[in-house]
Amino acid sequence: MLVMKTSWIVAMAMWVGCAAMTWADGGDASAPEQMKPYEQKMPDASVSFRMTPIPGGSYTMGSPEAEEKRGDDEGPQIEVKIEPFWMGVCEVTWDEYDQFLEQYSPAKDAGAQPIPPERQVDAVSLPTPPYELAISILQEMGRKGGYPAADMTQLAAKQYTKWLSKKTGRFYRLPTEAEWEYACRAGTTTAYSFGDDPAQLKDYGWDWDNSGEKYHKVGQLKPNPWGLYDMHGNVAEWCLDQYVPDHYAKFAGKGAVAEKDLIAWPTEEYPRVVRGGSWYQDPDKLRSAARTHSEKDWKVQDPQRPKSIWHHTDAFWVGFRLVRPLTVPSPEEQQKYWEPDTEDLKQLMLRKGDKEIRVLIEK
Amino acid sequence: MSDKSPPRQSSRRSFIKQSTATVAGASLAASIASRAHAASTDEIKCALIGCGGRGTGAVTQFLSTTNGPIRLYAMADAYKDRLEDSLNNIQRGAKGYPETSKVDVPEERRFVGLDAYKKAIDCGVDMVILTTPPGFRPLQFEYAVKQGKNIFSEKPVATDAPGIRRFLAAVQEAKKKNLKVGIGLQRHHQASYIETIKRLQDGAIGDINFMRAYWDGGGVWVRPRQPGMTEMQYQVLNWYYFTWMCGDHIVEQHIHNIDVCNWLKGTHPIAAQGQGGRQVRTAKEYGQIFDHHSIEFTYADGSTMISQCRHIKDCYNSVSEHAHGSKGYCNISGAVIEPKEGEKWRFRGSNPNPYQVEHDDLQNAIRNNLDYNEGEYGAMSTMTAIYGRMASYSGKLIRWDDAFNSKLSLAPGIDDYTWDTAAPVQPDADGFYPVPMPGSTQSY
Repeated sequence: MLVMKTSWIVAMAMWVGCAAMTWADGGDASAPEQMKPYEQKMPDASVSFRMTPIPGGSYTMGSPEAEEKRGDDEGPQIEVKIEPFWMGVCEVTWDEYDQFLEQYSPAKDAGAQPIPPERQVDAVSLPTPPYELAISILQEMGRKGGYPAADMTQLAAKQYTKWLSKKTGRFYRLPTEAEWEYACRAGTTTAYSFGDDPAQLKDYGWDWDNSGEKYHKVGQLKPNPWGLYDMHGNVAEWCLDQYVPDHYAKFAGKGAVAEKDLIAWPTEEYPRVVRGGSWYQDPDKLRSAARTHSEKDWKVQDPQRPKSIWHHTDAFWVGFRLVRPLTVPSPEEQQKYWEPDTEDLKQLMLRKGDKEIRVLIEK
Repeated sequence: MSDKSPPRQSSRRSFIKQSTATVAGASLAASIASRAHAASTDEIKCALIGCGGRGTGAVTQFLSTTNGPIRLYAMADAYKDRLEDSLNNIQRGAKGYPETSKVDVPEERRFVGLDAYKKAIDCGVDMVILTTPPGFRPLQFEYAVKQGKNIFSEKPVATDAPGIRRFLAAVQEAKKKNLKVGIGLQRHHQASYIETIKRLQDGAIGDINFMRAYWDGGGVWVRPRQPGMTEMQYQVLNWYYFTWMCGDHIVEQHIHNIDVCNWLKGTHPIAAQGQGGRQVRTAKEYGQIFDHHSIEFTYADGSTMISQCRHIKDCYNSVSEHAHGSKGYCNISGAVIEPKEGEKWRFRGSNPNPYQVEHDDLQNAIRNNLDYNEGEYGAMSTMTAIYGRMASYSGKLIRWDDAFNSKLSLAPGIDDYTWDTAAPVQPDADGFYPVPMPGSTQSY
């Protein structure tokens, strides 16, 4: 009885809080036509980032067989229906992501804090410090001042979206693979959102040839038709899906599939979908339909076992971008977008020492 | 990824074995140690001694080698829970090991306590992996040699000069017995380093007159005291902060970078002076080690190495080595050579995981009876790092011979330590440990 009562009070309080809230940034909407670009302040308000509306609609996912340097995993093409969402105009930067990483030390110093059972779902696990060899390489590539965050695991990126959601009261998550490609294409059907000629990449995306072997500050080149920067190249971007090479074949010829039904929810730590290609890759991997994925080797230099669940040691080319759907899923459903999905990851995240760094996040 | 991809896209199975290993004098090998050399079909049984994160990592790499049948046969640690955690982690990775690898560590071959290493060495294994805190290395290494085992030993190999001399004596003994010895200075097995050092030694930037080595980072874990622990149990658990076990972070961690400079020079420095202290990490749980050191080493040819290491959060970070020559500059860790005249060179080859390659190479040496003993350079690089610590602790200019021949033992009687032995350093009434004071500390 007591538990029910407490959760009811919490639920009430949250509802009242939301209803009373008015956002100065213009980021609130209850219908698609009300959606506007807005600027989201980070918890440390000296940093903010921009979100832009992506209209709902349908598109053809994957590439036609005639597309040059296409991979077999990009077909058969399928029709997908997408619900409206906002998307990060740029990739998440270190300036943003470091605010999350900086939570670790104070939490660790404070020691394990009791989390009431009914609030377990609100707790966030904080990434431990990364391997120092990687820190210094990332620092040399660029850290403060607009460089994209990189080298985190998908789990770390997902916990970041949870932390940010708890802090801002808005539901943020990683994009699904279908949403990602839809946003990247921005209505186009060509190999890239600017056409078919990779020679034009120098104006739109950082790849192996023009990057000088490192990522660059976000938003320096031209955006795609929907105003999204660096969808091609710079850092590749985490999606929510397991990478399944023949995934599209299961949906081919079935008419328009809802994006939600298309998600390949992961059951294994590897491989997971990474989209957009990066500074580390050749132009063909930066195409709108190109699919790449995580690999065990991304942690190859981690000398300890178990290897970190938060950081890679060798994936200086992977980062992520935020999505905020207009329709907010139920609290239970939200967990699926944030929390570890394999037994191994769950166990490693919640083993005894790490409980000290699982904390309740207050707005 | 295309062929112009930078390093790290591994294809370690195809990695060509290093040329440093050569076929040993066969008669010597045959007459002295039969167990040291295994035919390709013989099973090699291994004991893991020291079941922390690195030990667990090392044994995972051992189990990932494909040179012939191998078995993890025994495990030893000071603490039972750490041993069990480690075994769980090893078993969790089991589906990734080749078919020739077995994990077979029943209860009766899990040894716990400060003397557990002897039981593990004596339970019928062919090789041992030594990954306990470095202060214990000389006695454990010596015992493994005495019992005729092949050895993979993590760095550093000691924490004081008497420990170094003891280790070196055992290395000589291991050579006589044709035992194979690998040391965990994995940069020696990293293709980008091997190629870069070779080019520098071949004169790519002329005479090397100045080098810089860094491990500036945020520091490592702290393990709190548990109720009912003896002082010895607490120190062994929280070993990083006690010099007699860790050597200080200049020895435990920064050795990697110092070692690269020695490797390039082919020798050790002959003079050292420097400074260090404890500016931020002053609480009692940090024991007695410094949080920063900066040392100027001088080599016999007059060249200099500046070595800098720091364990302080939110500062500049670098883990790297650099060489400045009469004809150019090299970022050794980045594998980039920039001659004053001529074209810039960058390592472009396959760069397999060196933590794996060092185990592949050791197994290869055992199977093919190659001359393989990394103990000497492991000891000399460890000694160089200890030498740096002696300089920062004392504030004196120290000559190599005085450092190397120092009689100062940080843990007298360590062979007989038990949980009830008085630890070699003791806290004061407020729980603080003695911290070295430049100018007055006798450090060598």
